[in-house]
Amino acid sequence: MTIRQVSIFIENQSGTLQKVLELIKRSRIQIIASTLADTADYGIYRIICNEPERACLELKEAGVAVTISHVFAVELDNRPGGAADVVARFSEAGVGISYMYAFVIEGRGILIFRTDQTEEAEKVIASNGLHALSESELPMQY
Amino acid sequence: MKTPDSSSPYFQPELETLSVEGLRALQSERLQQTVRRCAQVPFYRDKFAELGIRPEDIKSVDDVTKLPFTTKDDLRDHYPFGFASVPLRDCVRLHSSSGTTGNPTVVLHTQSDLDAWAEAVARCLWMVGARPDDVFQNSAGYGMFTAGLGFQYGAERVGMLTVPAAAGNTLRQIKFIRDFGTSVLHAIPSYASRIFEVMNEQGVDPRRDTKLRVLCIGAEPHSEEQRRRIEENLGVKAYNSYGISEMMGPGVAFECQEQNGLHIWEDYFIVEIVDPVTLERVPDGQLGELVLTTLRREAMPLLRYRTRDLTRILPGDCPCGRHHVRLARLQGRSDDMIILKGVNIFPIQIEKILLQFKEIGTDYLITLETREGEGDIMSVDVEVNNVFTDDYATLKRLEHEITRQLRDEILVTPRVRLVPKGTLPVSDEKKAVRVRDLRKLF
Repeated sequence: MTIRQVSIFIENQSGTLQKVLELIKRSRIQIIASTLADTADYGIYRIICNEPERACLELKEAGVAVTISHVFAVELDNRPGGAADVVARFSEAGVGISYMYAFVIEGRGILIFRTDQTEEAEKVIASNGLHALSESELPMQY
Repeated sequence: MKTPDSSSPYFQPELETLSVEGLRALQSERLQQTVRRCAQVPFYRDKFAELGIRPEDIKSVDDVTKLPFTTKDDLRDHYPFGFASVPLRDCVRLHSSSGTTGNPTVVLHTQSDLDAWAEAVARCLWMVGARPDDVFQNSAGYGMFTAGLGFQYGAERVGMLTVPAAAGNTLRQIKFIRDFGTSVLHAIPSYASRIFEVMNEQGVDPRRDTKLRVLCIGAEPHSEEQRRRIEENLGVKAYNSYGISEMMGPGVAFECQEQNGLHIWEDYFIVEIVDPVTLERVPDGQLGELVLTTLRREAMPLLRYRTRDLTRILPGDCPCGRHHVRLARLQGRSDDMIILKGVNIFPIQIEKILLQFKEIGTDYLITLETREGEGDIMSVDVEVNNVFTDDYATLKRLEHEITRQLRDEILVTPRVRLVPKGTLPVSDEKKAVRVRDLRKLF
């Protein structure tokens, strides 16, 4: 079970992130989680939001380079070491994680990660009794 | 000279199929004549004196490299009649460029020059299948623009019924095409497309309602895809024409029915392709600036005229039987050339590489700047489009791959920058800002 993530290509220059956020705001899209790493020239701004397809379309229309990718959203035990234990299951099974970030909703920790080995990851989740959230389980309206 | 039998593939069989050795011998003979004529022109007389050349020193075509170059600025500086090698009373025609960037250039013709010009154009038209039974319509502008009268006289020389429709009034063009049974049309490529659009609007089917079969296109850069589209739309074969008013106009080089390169008439011109900076000749097949020496001009012979047009010589024989060398489709102007760390780079080379990557758009921006400790560097900004992958490693790989391919092409390692869509200056047709030169000059 994966969820859709909107990935936006932005230039590392003042004002560009703000421009993208303004567009999202105007489209009345709700961002639930997001991440942006610092790199030299450009960055990929990754967003989990309530309407990924529409967000993608509207950004495209505004001339932004944007793409949809699929990521896992796995629930963590709310205790020290919760993330370590989950990540350990995947690395034991040889599943490589390209990137990850985490956030908390309604007191539950959620780990977002992307892997090229989707099938293997599904197996790890099933065999270890982990819970991967579907999009409908995300809090879509505040 | 009489018109050959319509079944002949050549208008002037002896000259068109002359062997390479035959062409060189003819060129050597005519070069001597040309140099003697140039000695009547003060500009060349001074140059010869400066270089210590006596006309009698020039014996063969290989001696052309001893001769001075001529530029458009030289022509402008001697406006209007400074390059005449005969008294004005012997001249019968004058053509002139617009002169938007300074003095115009003037080209003078004797009657013999006009006859030679008409023959060259007639050769081209015959080569692409035009015959006396055809009706030729010329939609080029008449007047000072050489494609008007140039094609007119050439088409008449073939013996075609010639319609000097001139430019514009598309409805009337279409009426002429239908009423007069036009089978051979000359038009610039964008106008040929326009004629097709209007035919469509008028419910005219070019295949059903017209006799069009041959189209001559030139004067405007266009891609192979555009040519194929025009051919498909109008139901014709379209042939490329290359003309340059300083040489005469149309008739300089033309595609044969192979549609693979433009034969340039070597009994009219000595063809050289040179490095635009060192002015040294480049090997056959390599891109450079086209330099032409006239061999048949009386009124205004020109030595090693720098056309500023970039092209290359296509190596090998043409199945059509003509040994006159073929030029590749013109590839822009030498004025666009970039020199970086002593290497010559043409934006077209960069464009060609970028087109191969589906992850990026077709716009690009080349920036040249001076970096402390690094000297002059080149960066190429390219726009990422919506097929990018959500993954830094893949983007890095894309960057590296573009860099690698560019380096293989231009022999300098550029810094490739991926930028978001819409951040580069927008291109309109051919006038996009493609190069920014911020280098510090010493």
